[in-house]
Amino acid sequence: MLRTRVMPCLLLRNRGLVKTTGFKNPRYVGDPINTVRIFNEKEVDELIFLDITATVERRKPQFDLLEDIASECFMPVAYGGGVRELADMQTLFGLGVEKIAINSFTAEDLTFLRRAADQFGSQSVIGSMDVKRKRLGGYEVLTHGGRQRTRLDPVRYATQLATHGTGEILLTSIDRDGTMAGYDLELLRQVTNAVNIPVIACGGAGELADLGRAVHEGDAAAVAAGSLFVYQGKQRGVLINFPTKAELRLVLEH
Amino acid sequence: MIVIVDYRMGNVGSVLNMLRKIGAPAKVSADAGEISRADRLILPGVGAFDTGMTHLNASGLLPVLREQALERKKPILGICLGMQLLTHSSEEGSLPGLGWIAGATVRFRFTGDQTKLRIPHMGWNTVTPTRDHLLFRDLADEAAFYFVHSYHVVCQHDSDVLAQAQYGYNFACAVQRDNICGTQFHPEKSHRFGLQLLRNFAALN
Repeated sequence: MLRTRVMPCLLLRNRGLVKTTGFKNPRYVGDPINTVRIFNEKEVDELIFLDITATVERRKPQFDLLEDIASECFMPVAYGGGVRELADMQTLFGLGVEKIAINSFTAEDLTFLRRAADQFGSQSVIGSMDVKRKRLGGYEVLTHGGRQRTRLDPVRYATQLATHGTGEILLTSIDRDGTMAGYDLELLRQVTNAVNIPVIACGGAGELADLGRAVHEGDAAAVAAGSLFVYQGKQRGVLINFPTKAELRLVLEH
Repeated sequence: MIVIVDYRMGNVGSVLNMLRKIGAPAKVSADAGEISRADRLILPGVGAFDTGMTHLNASGLLPVLREQALERKKPILGICLGMQLLTHSSEEGSLPGLGWIAGATVRFRFTGDQTKLRIPHMGWNTVTPTRDHLLFRDLADEAAFYFVHSYHVVCQHDSDVLAQAQYGYNFACAVQRDNICGTQFHPEKSHRFGLQLLRNFAALN
């Protein structure tokens, strides 16, 4: 049986790792290479790295850093941030990145997803979307690290991502990011009901039970988390951690 | 010294790092002298079959690789495309392969319910050895490895198959004949299990 994937989602800011809250207040949590080494020891099955300032700074991915990261990863690694050219994707795959998440550029040009999937296979293309609750109800997709509104409805947008060839969707709740208050299960359910490709839930996991809820109540195919795997305790001391296989089995299997 | 043959087919950093991690002296090289001095070789590879063969031909390394693998009988491990290149041919291309393992590389062909399966086969899958061999020493029954591929190897002789995985149907995910070994999966992306497999390879005589 395929097991539910549990992925640390790590945020790159310049050459360090940070953790945000509501996509704001990035707090330094460590060096990416050291962190990868710890996750190697913990036998994590997959890692996601997102460069949270590449798009807003209008720059390309940090290829040299990503090569170092991918070389250290004894597990598959996904990357997102500033990707808007097929040639850059080619470079990233050559560096040892297995999957690429495309976010802001998709909202501008949906056909890019299709071209990327045609060239590299949909399994290596992740459609990434950041979603915020609207004041008067409902949800909206935001881009550029939560800075730009799109007026796009997440359910409709997720359907478009799926029909344009993305292999899976990384669905992040901006409101829950860094809060450790649990995933936005309502949002998750809306999106997973609308598409039949795997959805990775992200944003809000504060305890292992949240991972189980995302899978059992939100129908997530995979779960990603940041704070849960970089913080420890109420004071949120930085401590890279990852549950054992047995602990995961307990919350993920029913 | 294990030499990872550099013929410009993808990043080999994680292979090198994993070998360092297990304390096996290793380097990446495209130098015929270093390759002939190596005590074992790894042929990595990500990409298309014909591109791989074209790069291998252009590298000028084929004569030294043949000598080391076929005459000196040094242990050699082909990974992913590197394993497929060991066969005679591939449906992915038209160039002849190395032909060190009798067989062909074919595309996944699904029938009936299997047609719902996606190609490529990508992700962690269970690997089941079909016979005893040092390459799979101390790898538990539930050993899982990371795969990304659309084509797989079909051996002419069942005795060359070393392990199988199931994706729609059972296919050969590891092969071995004499000193020549191949894995369709990526040990370098399969943490604990990959480390053990490379440790085993480093200890092969």
